[in-house]
Amino acid sequence: MTNLLKTSTVLRWMLAALGVVVVLSVVQELARPTTIDLISSGTAESTLRRAVPILLAGLGGIWAERAGVVNIGLEGMMVLGTWFGAWGALEFGPWWGLAIGIAGGAAGGLLHAVATVTFGVDHIVSGVAVNILAPALARFLSGEVFSGRSGGGITQSPRVESVGSLDLPFLSGGDLLGWGTPNLFGWTASQDWLLVSDVAAVLSGITRSLSWASLLALSLIPLSIFILWRTPYGLRIRASGEHPVGADSLGVSVYRMKFTAVVISGGLAGFGGAFIAIEQTGVYREGQVQGRGFIGLATVIFGNWQPAGAFLGSLLFGFADALQLRDRTAVHALLLLVGIVLIGLAVRAGVNNKRSSAAMLLITSAVVLWWYAVTEEVASELPPITPHLATLLVLIFATSRLRMPAANGLRYRRGQE
Amino acid sequence: MAPDSTTPPVVQLSGITKRFPGVVANDRVDLQVANGEIHAVVGENGAGKSTLMKILYGMIPADEGQMLVGGAEVRFSSPSEAIDSGIGMVHQHFMLADHLTVLENVILGAEPTKRGIIDRTAARRDLEDLGRSYGLDLDPEDFVESLEVGERQRVEIIKVLYRGAKVLILDEPTSVLVPQEVEKLFHNLRELKSRGHTIIFIDHKLDEVLAIADTITVLRHGRTVATVSSSDVTTAELAELMVGSELPKPSTEPRVPDPHVTLSVRSATVLGDDERPLVDAVDLDVYRGEILGVAGVEGNGQGELVEAILGLRALSEGELFLDGEQITHWPVRRRREAGLGYVPEDRHRRGLLLDAPLWENAMLGHQTQRPFARGAWLNRSGAREATAQIVADFDVRTPGVDTKARALSGGNQQKLVIGRELSAQPRMLIAAHPTRGIDVGAQAAVWDELRKARRNGMAVLLISADLEELIGLADRLVVMLRGRVTAEMDPSTATPRLLGSHMTGASADEQGTKE
Amino acid sequence: MSIRRVSLALAAPVCAFVFSIGLSSLVLLAFGTNPMDAWSEMLSYGTRLETFVETGNRATPLYLAGIAVAIGFRMNLFNIGVEGQYVLAALLAASVGAAVDLPPVLHIGLIIAVAMSVGSAFAGVAGYLKVHRGVHEVISTIMLNAVALAAVGFLLRTWLLDESDTTLNITTPEIAPSGWFPNLNKLVEVFTREISRGRELWGFILVAAVVGVLFHVFLNRTRPGYDLRATGLNPFAAAAGGVDPEATVVRTMLLSGAVAGLIGLPQILGDAHTYDLGFARGLGFTGIAVALVGRNHPGGVAVAALLFGWLDSAAPILDVRGDAPREIVSILQGVVVLSAVVAYEVVNRIRQSAEAREAAVASQQSLESVSRTTT
Repeated sequence: MTNLLKTSTVLRWMLAALGVVVVLSVVQELARPTTIDLISSGTAESTLRRAVPILLAGLGGIWAERAGVVNIGLEGMMVLGTWFGAWGALEFGPWWGLAIGIAGGAAGGLLHAVATVTFGVDHIVSGVAVNILAPALARFLSGEVFSGRSGGGITQSPRVESVGSLDLPFLSGGDLLGWGTPNLFGWTASQDWLLVSDVAAVLSGITRSLSWASLLALSLIPLSIFILWRTPYGLRIRASGEHPVGADSLGVSVYRMKFTAVVISGGLAGFGGAFIAIEQTGVYREGQVQGRGFIGLATVIFGNWQPAGAFLGSLLFGFADALQLRDRTAVHALLLLVGIVLIGLAVRAGVNNKRSSAAMLLITSAVVLWWYAVTEEVASELPPITPHLATLLVLIFATSRLRMPAANGLRYRRGQE
Repeated sequence: MAPDSTTPPVVQLSGITKRFPGVVANDRVDLQVANGEIHAVVGENGAGKSTLMKILYGMIPADEGQMLVGGAEVRFSSPSEAIDSGIGMVHQHFMLADHLTVLENVILGAEPTKRGIIDRTAARRDLEDLGRSYGLDLDPEDFVESLEVGERQRVEIIKVLYRGAKVLILDEPTSVLVPQEVEKLFHNLRELKSRGHTIIFIDHKLDEVLAIADTITVLRHGRTVATVSSSDVTTAELAELMVGSELPKPSTEPRVPDPHVTLSVRSATVLGDDERPLVDAVDLDVYRGEILGVAGVEGNGQGELVEAILGLRALSEGELFLDGEQITHWPVRRRREAGLGYVPEDRHRRGLLLDAPLWENAMLGHQTQRPFARGAWLNRSGAREATAQIVADFDVRTPGVDTKARALSGGNQQKLVIGRELSAQPRMLIAAHPTRGIDVGAQAAVWDELRKARRNGMAVLLISADLEELIGLADRLVVMLRGRVTAEMDPSTATPRLLGSHMTGASADEQGTKE
Repeated sequence: MSIRRVSLALAAPVCAFVFSIGLSSLVLLAFGTNPMDAWSEMLSYGTRLETFVETGNRATPLYLAGIAVAIGFRMNLFNIGVEGQYVLAALLAASVGAAVDLPPVLHIGLIIAVAMSVGSAFAGVAGYLKVHRGVHEVISTIMLNAVALAAVGFLLRTWLLDESDTTLNITTPEIAPSGWFPNLNKLVEVFTREISRGRELWGFILVAAVVGVLFHVFLNRTRPGYDLRATGLNPFAAAAGGVDPEATVVRTMLLSGAVAGLIGLPQILGDAHTYDLGFARGLGFTGIAVALVGRNHPGGVAVAALLFGWLDSAAPILDVRGDAPREIVSILQGVVVLSAVVAYEVVNRIRQSAEAREAAVASQQSLESVSRTTT
């Protein structure tokens, strides 16, 4: 029975993914010929690459909040990750860079853990303090370490190498033992088969020149689920976030659980930061995190504190991010997409008898579609903030069905109830 | 197995001392529990029972003293060490995570594993075995949030047994149960005893203690007063040991009938988030100078009814009248200004600003009125004087009116809340569990004040889980079950048992006088 | 007892500051710099009149930012959105100020009113979302920050751009001199010497002081202020006490946003007279730090703002002299924030247990000794 449930979950995910591709294909047809980038292997590849840091921040948020500690300091920990990642990559090579970036983020997590768990400081206050300290530290260190090197300075590092990537054999024509395998997805995508080619293009995008670091990051989703839901350690972490006094009464060391969870959270954020510096841009640059830590936090909320949900959220943001980088006209087509999706949501709200939500969604949809109809392209300021707007919209319309850990954000002192 | 006095005591505490800032919670306490007995530890609130048990269970360290378990000296620094020594504890406030399943709650901290993974199959099998052999049946995959109070307590007991505990500590296990459930619990406890478990049972309801315990240890002001065998002692003697005198009993005096209705609730309905009624077409009238008692198992709509009357929740249907005036759509502030007083069931949550000084607490709910305010400005000196008056009149023991509310003991906090509400001379007082968690002296004082206010014509809606208190104080009683008023009865003929059967819906026999 | 209270209250920030100096010194040592040289350099440069003037100018917006954040904090609302609120408010206020021609006092009054309304309205969005859609204000204000900054970029590039400017500067038109806030140099020079190097002490510092006093009076002396504090301390008890929690959330956000709207004005009214790309960013975030170090207390926030302002003003000398990188000051500030919040928590706990002890002693005394003259 468990097996059946498992397959059905996978099935459900696959159906949902297929639905997304269908909607995208339809919108793509409507928007042709202004843009051809709405659904393409390039967009898919870029989406994944852009999604990874947000995913890592989101996982970091889940780890901390499942243990009951709100980690708004993710942003600062990612900043530490970018600096230490770049520095490590510069000194010892990209893999070491990732490891040192993770360590840097974990150090930020350690700070947050000491303040919130050991000293009982308000979680938001401590997180804000970490966010203030981290950029200052990064800037100071850059001045000391990167200044004077070629290409380096107080705001950026010299260029660093990335960890390399792979093409999956057979699926995307990667080499296997020196033999160039056929490129199944690439070939299918190049045919002009309705839907099938689009699906293949997306699959080709995410399986070709896939960064090893992305692969590692993606593997952390099942790993997090496994640890949090299948192991004693995970159960104890979740119990610490749901009912710390109860967990303590059973001999669970709640402080240790929260402490390690927050350090892991920082490490994940640090990984995300290092990924930005090493894999995305190939350089440390001041301010390059650009609020991704906060976006990651948002994916935690509307992913309902589930790793898979956070992954979905990160893909959404990665998609918006990828589109605006690749093709601004595609962002214009995105308005059409948003309008259509909003109508779908409005219909669902209407079916569920939530009239005010349905009405608000319909009005928003009308505005967006009108905007699409009367303009040729959108202001250059809009694309970068699509993730933020999406977060707001999702939170505005979806909060009622979310269930956060019961003791999340509350200070816990042993021996006090 | 009968209590065995020839083998050494399974638990022996001697000279246990524990100090908190300003209080000595346990002062050289001694406790000896024989193998296989049910040993009750009694004492009034604040006598140090819970502290002693938390020490025995490793939740807090003792400052001084010696603990022997099974004859060997132990020193627990965490509950897991106590668990390893075969001691388990069922807490008064359930220690269950609502969003985890029964199984997860039970195995937490003692998870069976296979190659590092939780072995759910083995855990479920063990749980079902335990349930079968002790008559504690539960579905391991249920989420705890869907369980009723009695079921939650069974989860707590299974949690303890699952860890192989031989000694079970139960901290006031009956306080959340109605009499029928208490009987079921006692049945379970006797079953445990017959299988060789030792039970330490904390309580202050003396008839229950005498019904179940073999031996009784009495604590008073943090000291051991006596250890007696339950066959050698009466309720009155126990009471005397507990408080040094006879326990105060709530009582009331005959009421001069007054036909004036102060508060009228007409077919009030409150809907929950899932659109199901929490309060379902309730009709109530509270007359001037009357205490109307509301009995009910917690979570049957009493809390929501109170919040609706106060204006914290909207009625989806029905009307409210205060002295004949329609108040259904008034905001909270206007209702309070019109003379609605409120003693909340949880003073920390609804009653106090713990980190504010007493004088700021005394004005909460009255901050728009003299002497606390003049127009939009606070009257600080007026507020402080008024607070000093409350402190004096209601015997709130405090260093001054600038002390933070958090620093006071529970009883003094409650006296402050009661004083704040009564000194404003409301026409209508809603008192939810006004004596919960306070010591006997404070309890008697609160009862006195309620009686006095009633004599002066105040109408009182009294919600309580203490059935003795309801029967003793109220002029009329109603029972709430699943959001409805299901019975109305005369306290002079009501008994806790009868109330209990109405509260659980077990009673189809109409002994209650339904008017 | 009150001496003990005061010394306890002072102990935390002093300890935090000393700790931060120590840690920063260690960092400098680790990179081979002599910290004593750096600190003494800063001290001697920092005690010159011109540096103090600079300190005042830097502290003024920081103070306003700190108060804006503190208003929210006092009722447990985290207005992280001060950043977006003030930048948007500054842009629109500068544009409106440049578009009208009014007599001096009215002109400034109008600019201030516009700035406060814009900040207030934008913060109000977060308040509305919290109350009516249950969106936590931390997330919504962070997202709205991005929206505000994007809006500012768009407006400055298109509708509000000064078309007459031929220097390719991206700026709004300049405000007429009737909308300039006079400086306080004359006033300061009465007590000291002439302020050199063309430094001016912006007069807006007086407005900031008034805001601080009003905040204190509002919070501690008025009933709405009490309602706000009560809601911050315990929203459930406050609601039972007749405070409408939803209205209080919206009101607090509006108030916080109104003060946030003022943050950009010292610079615009006192010096720049336009909004351009060089406009100071990031004050909203520093304001959070200032509010945390100042414990959300009007006096404490003033001290924190002056401290941060002074550090920023004195730091540039480090680069000039080459004793140490000036970024060490940012580290110092960051450590101060973190160690201050930890220290406050520790002191708070010490105070709580001391009070509990006193209360326990009092409860053992007889009724008579609790006199009515405890005030």
